[in-house]
Amino acid sequence: MELLNQITQFVISGLATGAIYALIGLSFAIIFNSTGIINFAQGEFVMLGGVLTIFSINALKLPLVFAVVAAVAGTTLVGVAFERLAIRPLKDATPLALIIITIGTSILIRGVVMLLWGKDTQVLAPFSGNEPLHIAGATLLPQHLWIFGVTILVIVGSRLFFHHTISGKAMRACSFNRRAANLVGISVGRMVLFSFIISAALGSLAGVIIAPLTMTAYDVGIMLGLKGFCAAIMGGMGSGFATVFGGLILGMLESLGAGLISSGYKDAIAFLILLLILFIRPQGLFKKGETERV
Amino acid sequence: MKSDKIKFLVFCLIVLAAPVPLSQGYLTNVLVFVGINSMLALGLNLLLGYAGQISLGQAAFFGLGAYGSGVLTTHFAMNPWLAMVLVALCVALFAFAIGFPVLRLKGHYLAMATLGVGVIAHIAFNETVDLTGGPSGLSGIPNLSVGSFTFDSDIKNYYLVWSFALVVILLSLNMVNSRFGRGLRAIHDSEVAARVMGVNARLMKVQVFTLSALISALAGSLYCHVMTFISPTSFGFNISIELLTMVVIGGLGSVYGSILGALLLTLLPELLRAFQDYDIVFYGLLLVSMTIYLPGGLVRGIPALFRRVMPARSGHA
Repeated sequence: MELLNQITQFVISGLATGAIYALIGLSFAIIFNSTGIINFAQGEFVMLGGVLTIFSINALKLPLVFAVVAAVAGTTLVGVAFERLAIRPLKDATPLALIIITIGTSILIRGVVMLLWGKDTQVLAPFSGNEPLHIAGATLLPQHLWIFGVTILVIVGSRLFFHHTISGKAMRACSFNRRAANLVGISVGRMVLFSFIISAALGSLAGVIIAPLTMTAYDVGIMLGLKGFCAAIMGGMGSGFATVFGGLILGMLESLGAGLISSGYKDAIAFLILLLILFIRPQGLFKKGETERV
Repeated sequence: MKSDKIKFLVFCLIVLAAPVPLSQGYLTNVLVFVGINSMLALGLNLLLGYAGQISLGQAAFFGLGAYGSGVLTTHFAMNPWLAMVLVALCVALFAFAIGFPVLRLKGHYLAMATLGVGVIAHIAFNETVDLTGGPSGLSGIPNLSVGSFTFDSDIKNYYLVWSFALVVILLSLNMVNSRFGRGLRAIHDSEVAARVMGVNARLMKVQVFTLSALISALAGSLYCHVMTFISPTSFGFNISIELLTMVVIGGLGSVYGSILGALLLTLLPELLRAFQDYDIVFYGLLLVSMTIYLPGGLVRGIPALFRRVMPARSGHA
């Protein structure tokens, strides 16, 4: 019974972190689908979300809601600047050049945050208290509910956006075939910018809602970004439910592994899963293989 | 090819003579690390610059080399030279084994997979406390010695490390101009075309990956005996990024470029000691701006700049 309670507990906290990985995974997939770039600076958007919220609350004395809005807006601006200054100037860059550029940008962002706000871990108070709720022998924090709520809202919202608005459909058209999208009058350049905006906003939102649980610092972006990427890979780099499932599965496996095997190897578990999936099913868990195009 | 030999000889002379004006100063110590970093950067460049395959996990092989030698010589009192050979072979075997699945991946996926290997290795260095001492590090590693001669000073270590580095440089120069090297460059330009021309791309990619891991492991063994103390922070993700920066700055696909990159990036933090926290910002800026404006690196970029400036001047005169 004791073990069962523990497992329920691990599953709940695993689902909460998994939801975060899912959001980050979606933000990876959005940029990948419109540009073919895996943005190594994605984790820094997540980190910026948390750090800027704390800054807005502590230094600018903004109430939580406005602080979150300010943080998401700030991160989005960084995303726009990134696209304009580092991605757009390189028209026909090789994947290698793009990898190096996004890595460079990621350590640049990390370094600037470190210089501005130091290396210490920063704490964000939970959105609605710390009083745990007891459900079926397991404890649930109010912040977990926030995470689940925001994740569901984002998934529903992005589904509506990508399937029922002109801009969303145009972005999907670009991901299917950029040239064809361009020929029917879609401005591919603008769609790329849009994808950076949405992706930065989504990533930073994930960073805001996870910050009260894990605390934040200038260097949390690497791990969160990589795990989000793992979720996206599990979902086959789509921007739909597959990525969400990928994130949730990853979060649960990681939490169960940390709880039942060893907490020190928690991060290693995520990367072992990442490697296994890349080796065995690089097209994702739920997709059929595609032929390679040259 | 004669000019290549002369270039290499001149380079050897420079390396031999470099410590003379520095006497036993602090800079000699820095140059020891330039030598180690040159080996690491060159190892990565063979893979990245010539074969066009990225690795963000080089620090893992460097760390395996260092910890392998460190653990074998302290816990098991093994002869350091024997340990070095044994560890290098084991790391090469390991790289060869993981090379097949890893190098089937391309571009971004390859970058992520190698990064994953690096992160897992770093976690293992931290967690296997019984062997590695965990985050507090492994100390008491002996210096290398031949008979009664021990490499225990900066100047001795300088000649030790650089004799290894020069051998690696010579081998790389020869390899680059061989059938194997041409095959690698063909893979870089177009893997499909290379395969159509009869290049065994899969095997060659794994071979160069193994070679690069072997060089990194050797550098790691040297590092642990020079330092006599190692801790996991020296083998983290940042080190892999630093190596990448060295290769990009010096010039992808240029042997001497890697050495220039290693020299600059090892000296720079020493010169910028006062602003030590700025170096990460600086690396970021360097990586982005070099890739956008000077994709050939300094080795090719500076002569190109000269050529652009010089005719303009002579035109005026």
